[in-house]
Amino acid sequence: MKQKIILRVISKFLIPYILLFALYVQWHGDFGPGGGFQAGVIFAAGFILYAMIFGVAAVREVLPAATTRVLLVIGVLLYTGVGVAGILLGGNFLDYNVLADTRTGGQHVGIVLVEFGVGITVAASVITIFCTFAGRRPEEYKEDYGEN
Amino acid sequence: MAITAIAIARIHDLFAVVMLTGIFSLLGAAAYVVMDAVDVAFTEAAVGAGASTVLMLGTLALTTSEERPASAKNVIGAFIVVVITGGVLIYGTLDMPMYGDPMAPIHHHVANHYLGESSTEVGLPNVVTSVLASYRGYDTLGETFVIFTAAAGVLAILGRSRLPRRHHNDEDGEAGTASSPETSKDPST
Repeated sequence: MKQKIILRVISKFLIPYILLFALYVQWHGDFGPGGGFQAGVIFAAGFILYAMIFGVAAVREVLPAATTRVLLVIGVLLYTGVGVAGILLGGNFLDYNVLADTRTGGQHVGIVLVEFGVGITVAASVITIFCTFAGRRPEEYKEDYGEN
Repeated sequence: MAITAIAIARIHDLFAVVMLTGIFSLLGAAAYVVMDAVDVAFTEAAVGAGASTVLMLGTLALTTSEERPASAKNVIGAFIVVVITGGVLIYGTLDMPMYGDPMAPIHHHVANHYLGESSTEVGLPNVVTSVLASYRGYDTLGETFVIFTAAAGVLAILGRSRLPRRHHNDEDGEAGTASSPETSKDPST
């Protein structure tokens, strides 16, 4: 679809705002609707739009396969790490009260970190799944599974 | 939504079906907004109407966009099963409290505690976030692991194509599905 100039210009114009909106949903989830999950999907949608217009290879130049795989793990580890930090600081697993001096402060730190972990994992997952699907060529599929 | 569902079941062009499932998700998101569940609507619009539609389009690009004609054997048996299942489901909903009933048990278990104490215990204005990330932190952790597992599964099944592929003029080219990275990187084979 790279040769369609309208698609190319409009998507290039929209993608920064999609990513910005994802970050807004991520960090503003405590106060308005949204949170890590929604932010992750919106963030991934920006990359998917780019991949649909400019091809999966172009996205993989910005975000190599190894990077999304590492991010996938980092998100889960961040979430679990916040839980383990609660244990190390003398509370229960996923007990945010001990993370800061005040109770609500600790809850706030914990929730922001946990939501960030969710966002990273979701964004990396959706990008990974899309790129693995879209990166396969139909010939390759037929080669593996035979002509349907 | 019912019209969209019937259309999805009747249409054989899978491209139109994928578009209709996206519309179905968008209508669902609108229904959630009407019910004041903005967070759920947000998720439904992003995941249901956005990401899964794109994934299904990607699958269509790999396979075919025509539905294979289904063999019309035992239609009456299938119809009876569907009617009985639907009847049992409707019978089950008869015992449920009316929508918005303030005396429903779900509003008296932990919801009062969450709504009343959240501002002092967690201190966030959005109660949905504090329930999701703090009170129900274990559940959200499990969900994150589910998503992680989904991506890992897709990579395990389809991600193989990024490994160096064995050449087809090998004498055992038919055994290509069992090619491991070690054998394909080995220069002697």
